[in-house]
Amino acid sequence: MNSITPASIVLLLPLFSAFTILLLHRQLKGAAALISIGSSAICAILSMIMLGAKDTPIGEPQHILSFIHISDSLSFDINALIDGQSRGMLFIVTFIGFLVHLYSYGYMKDDEARPRYFGSLSMFMFSMTGIVLADNLVMMFIFWELVGLSSYLLIGHWFQKPSACEAAKKAFLTNRIGDFGFMIGILLLFGLNHGNVEFADLADSFKTGPLHDLKESHSWVITAAALCIFMGAVGKSAQVPLHVWLPDAMEGPTPVSALIHAATMVAAGVYMLVRVSFLIGASEMAGQVIAGIGGLTAIFAALMAVQQNDIKRILAYSTLSQLGYMVMAVGLGAGEAGMFHLYTHAFFKALLFLGSGAVIYACHHEQDIWKMGGLSKQTPATYLTFAIGTAALIGVPFVTSGFWSKEAILGAAYEHCKILFAVGAFTAFLTAFYMTRLFIVAFLGKPRTDSASHASDPPLVMIAPLLVLSIMSLISAIPFVRGRLQAMVPHEHHSDAHWLIVGISITALVAGVALAFKLYKGKDKDPLNIPLFANKFYIDEIYAVIIKYAQDRLAWIVTGLERVFVDGLVARLPAAIACRIGSAARSLQSGHMQGYTFLLGAGIVLAIYVAVFVLPRIGG
Amino acid sequence: MITLNHYLFVSGALFSLGLAGVVIRRNILVLYMCLEMMLSAANLALVAFSRFHLVDGLPDYTAQALVFFTITVAAAEVAVGLAIIVAVYRAKNSIDVESVTKMHG
Repeated sequence: MNSITPASIVLLLPLFSAFTILLLHRQLKGAAALISIGSSAICAILSMIMLGAKDTPIGEPQHILSFIHISDSLSFDINALIDGQSRGMLFIVTFIGFLVHLYSYGYMKDDEARPRYFGSLSMFMFSMTGIVLADNLVMMFIFWELVGLSSYLLIGHWFQKPSACEAAKKAFLTNRIGDFGFMIGILLLFGLNHGNVEFADLADSFKTGPLHDLKESHSWVITAAALCIFMGAVGKSAQVPLHVWLPDAMEGPTPVSALIHAATMVAAGVYMLVRVSFLIGASEMAGQVIAGIGGLTAIFAALMAVQQNDIKRILAYSTLSQLGYMVMAVGLGAGEAGMFHLYTHAFFKALLFLGSGAVIYACHHEQDIWKMGGLSKQTPATYLTFAIGTAALIGVPFVTSGFWSKEAILGAAYEHCKILFAVGAFTAFLTAFYMTRLFIVAFLGKPRTDSASHASDPPLVMIAPLLVLSIMSLISAIPFVRGRLQAMVPHEHHSDAHWLIVGISITALVAGVALAFKLYKGKDKDPLNIPLFANKFYIDEIYAVIIKYAQDRLAWIVTGLERVFVDGLVARLPAAIACRIGSAARSLQSGHMQGYTFLLGAGIVLAIYVAVFVLPRIGG
Repeated sequence: MITLNHYLFVSGALFSLGLAGVVIRRNILVLYMCLEMMLSAANLALVAFSRFHLVDGLPDYTAQALVFFTITVAAAEVAVGLAIIVAVYRAKNSIDVESVTKMHG
């Protein structure tokens, strides 16, 4: 029997909560929210306790249950791998999860489908915890799909809105493309490593095992596997070219955007890449591709964010851009810097999203920043916390956590690839620019509409998570907290380049903020008009055209093949043969009695002939 | 001297004539008589076998007992068959065998 450990409780309690709510939501009504919040609170406390616990010895994950058991050498288990990386991530997931649950209690107060919302949220917590604790790729893939499902359910929470339905579908389908690659990657590793996909075993195998030999002889196979696995991350972490689902996912409730589409689920791709960093380390080309995609995403998303007007969409593009940073860091072999940025980003981006939720709540579901303005006076608490979040995101030096983690990534980029460093620095400039733009337009100046002038701070249950998160955004980079959160602390750069990097990033920050102030101070309309950025580089349109011309053509061809082969050869031909045989046999049944008699007689004669003349001759 | 083969030849001829009649003739009554002739052919063959198969110097009477059974059964069959023919005539108003072709596929 399995012993009950904190890890198994953290994993299974949300599942229990989800099932209770989804099965009994009619009976539970308001209690559903409390069950869900309670379970997330317990998980948060447990994972906080686990932060102080000792590591499980490497290669000995805690067994929770057997999932598939074919033979002793071929079985997949649900285990809990507790190490520095998973404990830190577990804390982020459960802690932010708890705050988001609490916030949702206020934000979703008037929603009729609140039990369903909280049930799906618990479902998400279960799935995400599973990803974090996974000790093998198969378990990770199972929970990977489960987070995709929960994300689909939560984006489509307001399924009465066609746009929400479309967004949910888009997110799911886009993720399928990535997941397909991920699956192929897992199967490749499964085959290459003789049916063992545990992280510890794979890492060993790269040192002294079949994968090591393979790396020497057929390195392209390793590259292919690494890139296939990376495809999973491209889908989940919304990297170019599969980034299109994330901005649309903002159709979901804002707390969901904060938890799933900013802090945790989209970061799962980065988390997974760090887990398989031995694989990326084994293939230089895969690392370069990953870093390149990350850098590309960072700069593209930042450019798109510059021209958005929806407060949540700006944040969504900013999330894309920051995820690009993390993926770039992982690709450059600086996984610890990526994870560091993941942690700090989780706090300040959740803060920003929850803050935008508070703004939207205060302005009666207005999301266009040009219809806000002057919120600093109306909603001081939101204003203050949003300011802290913005400062952390744009990396105000020394006091915010974002500065340190971005610093770590830029440092890694400077070491490995100067081009990516330039991309990162330019993205930092853009980030400062668009976040300042958002901040000035929404919070400063005069109210532009009635809803903005009558806005007021949301209730305490929503403000409290904002305050906690803003504290975390400030302190999560100081060595004490940082050391608690992660085993892998990025090594400090105390070279000459260090001050150069700091100088460049501060210059980028100041330039971005100054430019935004100059352009947007006191403006009622956007002085910039760059259709290319506002229309997201027309990528959605390009995809639509590709689908129209390529996919529909393909479908047409496949339909043709189907008509000939499946319809014709498989279905129609045997039917026709049976039909012919039937009608031939039917013509024997003439109904003429004498015909039957004749056949009877002929049969007897034949039988006698055979019995008398044929059988004796062949010796029967 | 009349041997077994002579009897069997007559029996075979009778059977063939009967079968030919059943196949060729149209009148159900004639058909029926031909059928009876085939039965008689079989009876004749049985009696001939009985006469020429000596057991302890006597003919084998088992076959002749079988012939009596056959004749009895044939008589019963005639009763049923004629009744059917009457029924067919009533239904079709004809005793042509071609009028009874309902069983075609």
